[in-house]
Order: sequence, then structure tokens, then C-alpha cells
Amino acid sequence: MKKSTLGALVAGTAVLLPMAAMAQTEIQFWHAFTGRLGDLVAEQVDTFNAGQSDYTVVASHKGNYSETLNAGIAAFRAGEQPHVLMVFEVGTATMMAAQGAIKPVYEVMEASGAAFDPDAYIGAVKGYYTSTDGQMLSLPFNSSTPVLWVNRDALEAAGIDPNTDLSTWEQVGTVLDTLKDSGSDCPLTTAWQSWIHLENLSAYHNVPFATQDNGFAGTDTELAFNSPLQVAHIGAMGEWAQEGKFIYAGRRNEDGANFRAGECALFTESSAGYAGIKSEAEFEFDVRPLPYWAAAEGAPQNTIIGGASLWVMEGKDAGDYEGVAEFLSFLSSTPIQAKWHQDTGYLPITTAAGDATREAGFYDENPGTDVAVIQMTANEPTANSKGLRLGSFDQIRGIIDEELEAVWSGDKDAQTALDSAVERGNQLLRRFEQASR
Amino acid sequence: MEKRVTFKGWLLPFLLIAPQIIISGVFFFYPAGQAIWQSLFIPDPFGLSMRYVGLGNFEYLLSDPYYRQSFVTTALFSTLVTLVSMVPALFLAVLADRLLRGAGAYRTLLIWPYAVAPAVAGVLWLFMFNTRVGVISWYLGKLGYDWNHVLNGGEAMGLVVVASSWGRISYNFLFFFAALQAVPRSVIEAAAIDGARFWRRFFTIVLPLLSPTTFFLLVVNIVYAFFETFGVIHTITSGGPQQSTTILVYKVFSDGFVGQDLGSSAAQSVILLVVVGLLTVVQFKVIEKRVHY
Repeated sequence: MKKSTLGALVAGTAVLLPMAAMAQTEIQFWHAFTGRLGDLVAEQVDTFNAGQSDYTVVASHKGNYSETLNAGIAAFRAGEQPHVLMVFEVGTATMMAAQGAIKPVYEVMEASGAAFDPDAYIGAVKGYYTSTDGQMLSLPFNSSTPVLWVNRDALEAAGIDPNTDLSTWEQVGTVLDTLKDSGSDCPLTTAWQSWIHLENLSAYHNVPFATQDNGFAGTDTELAFNSPLQVAHIGAMGEWAQEGKFIYAGRRNEDGANFRAGECALFTESSAGYAGIKSEAEFEFDVRPLPYWAAAEGAPQNTIIGGASLWVMEGKDAGDYEGVAEFLSFLSSTPIQAKWHQDTGYLPITTAAGDATREAGFYDENPGTDVAVIQMTANEPTANSKGLRLGSFDQIRGIIDEELEAVWSGDKDAQTALDSAVERGNQLLRRFEQASR
Repeated sequence: MEKRVTFKGWLLPFLLIAPQIIISGVFFFYPAGQAIWQSLFIPDPFGLSMRYVGLGNFEYLLSDPYYRQSFVTTALFSTLVTLVSMVPALFLAVLADRLLRGAGAYRTLLIWPYAVAPAVAGVLWLFMFNTRVGVISWYLGKLGYDWNHVLNGGEAMGLVVVASSWGRISYNFLFFFAALQAVPRSVIEAAAIDGARFWRRFFTIVLPLLSPTTFFLLVVNIVYAFFETFGVIHTITSGGPQQSTTILVYKVFSDGFVGQDLGSSAAQSVILLVVVGLLTVVQFKVIEKRVHY
């Protein structure tokens, strides 16, 4: 109740303020970015507004990803929804199930006749937000994928060649031993443990995270991340945690600060960590592909994305949607995408933006910035590596976090913890299936 | 001895209690009724459809061992918060009551933390105890103690208890201090003349005379610990590590506002309502008998 009135109030003021200035059609865009990313979004919006005179896009920050999704939902219930809502990848299944609340992007584009070629988007990015019959439901906005960040100075201090091969977890294991023996307090740390060490691990090794093609084929999906590969990986990480080689700092990206301060040698984190690491790190760093287990068959496949996409909400005037379509095709245009990719470390969402970046010599000047793109596009995605589409996924990640913490602290072994996470997560999937039936 | 005022007619008495009834209706009965209604459904987040499940939400919750465990966590958390916020408050009030000079300044300083919003207090404590950059955890490290509330459930519980209680100490201090000022000096002086020392006077005279205040604060603080602490927990631990700081109200918040599972969230708030209702009845039946007014 309180949330929706608040949402209505905020929406109300957003409508009132610029109205006095001009009589253009107003397009409201709610997003979750602050700081540098927030500035970059504001810049994109300003460029769009300055470039044409029919529409004004009003961007509003609504808190973090979860809060933005909630604000959008509450506003919809109060009839005050924005035209465009940013939703993180975890909320994708929730949005897809909300027929009547959303207007699929392909429909918006078709109706308006704006330039739109679904094939221009990178397959692994597009696949996440595409329906089973190949229609694009939301516009990919910011997509990243996990990579391995390396503090070269820390390796050198431990007497390791900073160019040493870190492609496999077996090789990483040996390096961790050396780092620990030479007195490192933080040989390896990670952000987003579920995303990197279970979701991406599964895709990268071409094993299912959940049945029914990771949920793409239906809501009657069940979790499957307690198979031998995942158990072996989590088991190894658990052992490293016990031996002080893997340091756990929290469920989000808390340990980013420690890596940027130079305390940690290796860090598995999103490729979008680039902007922060580049501006703060006072040491030589390196981006490497995410390691895989050499012993496992089928690796490396491709990794999957995280980030957010833009959903168009139902219930606005038909004329407004033409403006929305124009704004969305502006965002996917090559110069805008190429700039976004180079500024943030997020993936370019179109092939053309990637090519333009390469031609401009950006990858040569900033070695490693194309690692994420290569890792995502090296192989044609399989049913296991197209992405994940699971309901209540935010809560399931919470459960995974809890169970992994039990492994890191030594309370549970990997098999027990993952079995328990699967069982608890499945209950939520059944509830979601009931709610969206 | 009992005095009774009787009204003629019903209009005036009705008007006199109307504001209270309307406020209770709007802010309590209406939302509580809605929660009970919603708890019978699994709705989709956007409010487009609702699926009637009868008592299915309750069945689902009560068969979940993790949910049952969170009752134990809540009991421990509430007891600790109540103790940690009341005992130091009483101690500080007794000391401030004995001050002859500068009492005003001390009082103001002691009341200050109450002005800090719970979520902000959470962030402050989180910074001090941050496992890597926190001031306090750094000093603990110097003393050879490896503070890690990110993986150690006991430490996480300690941290959220302290962060939740800190601002409440000020609130409780205010009430205790006012109550202490109302204790008749003559009684204390009589005891002093009889040779009772300070702590003896405190336990046999002052504490019993404070009992109405103590009882009031006990009820209020337990309600606080049950309902208003999710902001602190959200900023510090998000209920972790594992589920060691997931108290009932935090789960209501996170399932409803993070997970969009409104049916389960509504059912949990109904359960919480019943638990706190029962607790309050018990408090009034059992403990209030020992209160001297």
C-alpha cells in the first residue's frame, strides 16, 4: 500500500516537472543506475532528447535492481507504471509471465515501423530475452559476463610469472598453493557466487542448471545443479576456503573493494567491474577468461550474461509507444552501443557495435577488454548455455547463497549443501508455477 | 472508592472514541483484514490473477524446517535486543539521576542515537565491523581475534542485536530517567536513615517502584524487536550467514518485497500477528500481576 502511493507520488512529480517547459510526448524510463553508470545513462537520454523534438524521455532512478522492479510492480498495480522499466536478468521469468502488464518489444517495434533487426543482436545476449518461438520480448540493455581479474603485482610478489596460464581451475589451484605458501592473505575471492560459480559454471561446462532447458521450455522446471561437476567445483572451492586460499566476503560484490585495494591476487567478477578497477587499482591488472575444469568434457562452452534489459509496460497511449520504439532503436544504434561498451565494460549488444569498437582500435589500446566478448561468442549456445529462465529466481539465489555459506564455513559438504539448495529451490519453482498458471 | 462517570445518550461518548476507532480501523483492521484475505491466495506479482489455495500457504510455511527454525532465531533475537536495550538504559538512567552538575548535557548526548534512522545505524555498525576495513574488527585482529560475521552466525547475531539495540537504549533511557525522577525522595531517605546502602535501596525500593515503566518498556521493546528491525538486518546481513539472522519479520519483508511472493508473505504476517498477540496476552496475564502501580 505504502509503496504504491509512494510510487504514484514520485511518478506524479516526474510528470509535472517538465510539463511546464514543453508540450512533447513524455516517455518515462525507470532505471537502477547510480554513480558513473547513472551519469552515462543520463548522457544517453540527453543525447536522445536533443536529437529530436517529438518526445522527451524522463529517466528516474528507483534504487537497486530489486527496488526498481518492485517500484515498477507497485506502480503498475496503482496504474502509474512507466513506459520503460529496467529489470535485471533474474526478474526475466517474472516479467515474461506477466502477460497483460508488459508489451513485448518486437510488437512495439513492429507497430511503430522503427528500424529493428533482431538478428543484429549478439545471439547469447538476445537468447536470454527471447521467447521460445524466437521473438524478442525485452531489449537487452546492460549485459556482462564473469571473467577472472588478476593482480599481476601480487603474482610477481609470490614469485609467480604474471603471464602464467590460468585457463583451467587445475592451474589456478596450483597458483593458489604458491600464493598461500608465500603468505598471501587473500589468494582468491569472488563476487556473485551463485551467478559465477553455479550458473555460469554449468553453462560453461555444458551441463544443465535446471531441467526443461534451464526453464526456457516451461515453468515445470526443476533445479539440477547438484550433479557431479557442480559438486566437484563447490567441493574444491570449499577446501580452498578451509585452507584460507579462497576468501569469502559476502553475497554481492563486497570483495571488489579488497581486490581494487590490491589485497587479493585473483578475483572472479563481472566484466563490468572494468570501470571501477581501472579507475582505482594502483597495480598492474589483467583480464583473463573464466577458468574451467580441464578434466570435464565439453568445456569451455560459452558463459551466460547477467545485467538488465528494458521492458515496455502495457497501458499507455498508442502514440507513446512510437516514441518508446524510437528511443529503443536509438539505444541499440551502433555509436551509442559502442560508446556504452567502451565506457562501462558491459558487452556490446549488437555485433556491429563490437566491430566498430575493434575497428576504432579500442581493444588494442585496452588489452583484455574483448575477453568477455570472445568468451560469450566463441561457441554457438546450447540448451544448457543459452541462459536461465526460472521464476522466484531472486529467492532461489538467496537459498543458494545460504547453502554455499554453509560450505565455505565447513558446516556442510558440497553434496549435502547443493542437494538441500535444489530441494528448497524446487519448492519455490512449484509455487511460481502455480501462481503463473 | 471506584469513581464512575456516566454519559447520558450515546452520541457524545461515540464522538469521543471515534478518532481512536477510525485510526485503528484504517491503520490496523483494514490492512490486517487484507493480509488475512491475501494469505489464502497465491497471487501473481502484478495483481493480474489470484489463485485460491485455502490454507496452502500456511501448510507450505509450517512444513518448512527453515521457517520453523526462524521462530527460534526470532525468540533469541528478541530476548537479546530487549535485554541489551533495557539493562544499559536503566544503568545509565540511574547514573544520570545521581548527577548534580551537567545532567542536561549527558541527557542530551544519551538521547541522540535515537534520532539515527535504523538503516543508517545498520550501515554505521557494518562499517565499524567490516571484516576487512572495519575499525573495530581491525583492533580485534590486533588482539588476535579474527572477526568474520560474514561466515560466523554467532557474530552476525551479535552484530545485528547491538545495531538494533543501540538507538533503543536512548528511548528506554528517557522513560527510565523520567520514572526515576518520580520516585519519592522521602522513601529513599527513610531507607538511607535505616542504614540501607545504595544498591540495597535500588533493588528493594527503586526497582519495584519502576515496575510499571519496566513493564511498559518490555512490551514496547519486544514489539520493536519483532516488527521494526528488518531494516537493520537487511543492511547488515540480509538474514545470513546461512539463516542465522533470518527473523520472522525479515522473512516477511524479503519474501514479499524482494521475492514478490505475496501469498507467502501475507501468510507469514498473519502468523506473526498471532504470535505477537499471544505474547502480549501472556505478558499482561502473567507479568503484569507482579507490577505495582
